[in-house]
Amino acid sequence: MPMAHSHVRPKITLDMKMAWRNVWRNPRRTWLTVSAICFACVVLIFMLSFQFGSYETMINSSIKINTGHLQVLARGYFDEKSIRKVVENPDPVKELIAGMDLVEAVTVRANAFSLVSSQKRTYGAMVVGVDPVLEPRVSRLKELIRSGEFLPDTPESGGPDAEPDPALVGALLARNLKVRVGDELTVLGQGRDGSVAAAILTVCGIYESGMDEFDRNTLHIPIKTFQSVYSMGPAVHEIIVNVNSLTDVPAVKKNIINRVNHLPAGEGLVVMDWDELVPGLTQSIRIDLVMGMIFWLLLVIVVAFSILNTFLMAVFERTREFGVMMAIGTTPQRLVKLLLYESGLMTVVGVCMGIVIGCGVTWVFQVYGIDMSGSSEILEQYGMSGRIYPRLSPVTALAGPLLVWIITLAVALYPALKIKGMKPVEAMTHI
Amino acid sequence: MEFQLAWRNIWRNPRRTVIIMIAVIIGLWTMISLTALSRGMVNDMIENGIATLTGDIKIYPAGYHDDPSVAYRIGDADQIVSGIKKILPAGTRYARRIKVNAVASNARHSGGVTLAGIDPEMEKGVSFIGNGVADGRMIAETDKNAIVVGQALLEKFDTRIGHKLILMAQGADNEITSRAFQIIGVYRAKLTSTEKQYVFVNLSAARKMLGVGTDISEISISLTSHDEAEPFAREIRELLEDPDIEIYTWKDLLPMLKAYLDIFDGFIVLWFLVVFAAMAFGIINTMLMAVYERMREFGLLKALGMKPSLILRSVLLESGMLLVIGALAGNLLAAGSVAMVAAKGIDLSALATGFEYFGMSSVIYPEIVTKDVVLANAVVVILGLAVSAYPAAKASRITPVEAMAHV
Repeated sequence: MPMAHSHVRPKITLDMKMAWRNVWRNPRRTWLTVSAICFACVVLIFMLSFQFGSYETMINSSIKINTGHLQVLARGYFDEKSIRKVVENPDPVKELIAGMDLVEAVTVRANAFSLVSSQKRTYGAMVVGVDPVLEPRVSRLKELIRSGEFLPDTPESGGPDAEPDPALVGALLARNLKVRVGDELTVLGQGRDGSVAAAILTVCGIYESGMDEFDRNTLHIPIKTFQSVYSMGPAVHEIIVNVNSLTDVPAVKKNIINRVNHLPAGEGLVVMDWDELVPGLTQSIRIDLVMGMIFWLLLVIVVAFSILNTFLMAVFERTREFGVMMAIGTTPQRLVKLLLYESGLMTVVGVCMGIVIGCGVTWVFQVYGIDMSGSSEILEQYGMSGRIYPRLSPVTALAGPLLVWIITLAVALYPALKIKGMKPVEAMTHI
Repeated sequence: MEFQLAWRNIWRNPRRTVIIMIAVIIGLWTMISLTALSRGMVNDMIENGIATLTGDIKIYPAGYHDDPSVAYRIGDADQIVSGIKKILPAGTRYARRIKVNAVASNARHSGGVTLAGIDPEMEKGVSFIGNGVADGRMIAETDKNAIVVGQALLEKFDTRIGHKLILMAQGADNEITSRAFQIIGVYRAKLTSTEKQYVFVNLSAARKMLGVGTDISEISISLTSHDEAEPFAREIRELLEDPDIEIYTWKDLLPMLKAYLDIFDGFIVLWFLVVFAAMAFGIINTMLMAVYERMREFGLLKALGMKPSLILRSVLLESGMLLVIGALAGNLLAAGSVAMVAAKGIDLSALATGFEYFGMSSVIYPEIVTKDVVLANAVVVILGLAVSAYPAAKASRITPVEAMAHV
């Protein structure tokens, strides 16, 4: 390709050309050094992508089961979980938010701790009132049903002759209560006004999320039933908002705060995002990330020392050569530049190869996923299941190689600066 | 003689030797100290898990594990304990408890808790509640209506010492029974979820409330070492052969922890291999340089009649020395730095909520485990020698003629 060659040539200085040829004087050594750099980049890219992928899985599954992206609550409800702290008039707020940009779905929930009894057993559990139509758009609850069916769209409430209202029960709670689909449950708790709240329910479905805490402690009933049993009137406890993607959360949150306060129904309400709702989640991610950083930094330092010898040898083997070059008038500065070009070239080749191979490997795993089913229990505890998909992004693809680049260049400075103290005559007599 | 030769050879170029040794030292230091740190975290999780009313070995009435209800009980606990005391070593501790799910409520709040009826004396050295309370006083033998709750529960229920707490649970007759208790003490646990979950009353008070006579629902056994749980559990099973009771170890009761331990062990091996690979590039390169510089020398030795296997051996001996010295220094450095940190522990309370999410407390005490140290050193020295075989083979294969042509 003579054309391309002549096109590129003017840009390459003599020093660079010399450096390139010097690098390949000892191909084996160069390849070993380049491989070391490349290896570090591949490991870093893959592991960072893996970490970020698992965080995304953790966040999403937590959001999909519990919190949603954002919640509108009465001030103080989050800390106290008191049945009295309600969103008094949720409909105007719900409609306002549903009409906003970037909002995917809105629903309401209400919670009350109650005694749940079957014929044989009694346990305490959180009774959650959900909207049978809107809930599936926000959470995975409907997909988690293992036997029976999800709550019917239009529950017929009230009436002495009517069928008992339907309820969904967590798999572990159902096992503890020894109930199956079709069995009856009694719920006994305290209403919003302090009165006794009691109801008879029929189990219409049993769900299993894999999160033991959730499966053992919750029972879902239609929001209308909840409101009448617990004397809530039209009130609810939480308005759950899901947006298009995690990155839209701050914008939507701001928008809600700005506009809800202008509503008469919006008084005394606060908006919380998933980060505030599950504070342990982001912090645990931060811990994992910090630990990861320490691990990867130390790995890169080991790599740096392992290639330092190559850079050093490139100087000491060629002392005579440098002596001659200095004798015929090459300035030490130029030699330093030459050496830095050499190590720089090796680094560039290694880093580039690392990025290509690292992204390639990561991409393959991102498409096919990594099967973690051998260790599924532990992952379920953290809200993950089955497969983990690494998440390749510009950050994960470049942060690791950048770190390798910086540390390698820092290491290369030491041998290059050694040249400065060299005397031509002494250098030439060196064997 | 061979050792002396190898020793002198590696110090022909001190700078190069020192640099590659530093790579080995940092590598090993990283392997051991970071593993110790992670072990510290994992051990903390295990200790927390075991101290949270689990114990090393637990004896349950048959059926209770799947369905923790007061319907399943052990009637002859004293007989069982005196039986197994014969086979378990001295220093083992036993705690008898009643444990059922209950609902706690006061005028303003209610929530699910686990009601544990305990003998405070027996809990010492078995579970965290044996360490006593942070505020108020511990329940005593004679207390009838006294209850000890966690700090977090106290805050959640908006109450304080001296106030009443009503507990509701299903009794032995399947009827709901309820009883008012007075809060006399507050305990602190490492995790707030524990503080919210467990409330403690006197064993006899719990028995009376639930109407279970002198029965109990579990015997928790604390051994001197967590590793002995499985062999002893097997022995107890053989000894008792009672279909009405079931014996579990902490590994059965905390399956998440066990799974985490397995993942963790796998991760350590992976981490060691990755760090080793980073070192290996340097080791191969350095040994190659050292060998190529001396090609004429090897050629001469060959010409004098030295066997290739001897040359191979001497090069391997050199790299072995390098690796062993590096490994030793790495071990010492790691032991030193871990000892320094372990005395005080690393306080990470700034990230406390995150640790709770993982079931850990926020002060980490790194712990060096022999198994890990052996593995790290084995990986470095054995695999290090394996990769040095390449330069060593290069040296041993050279012929005198090639060597003389070598510049």
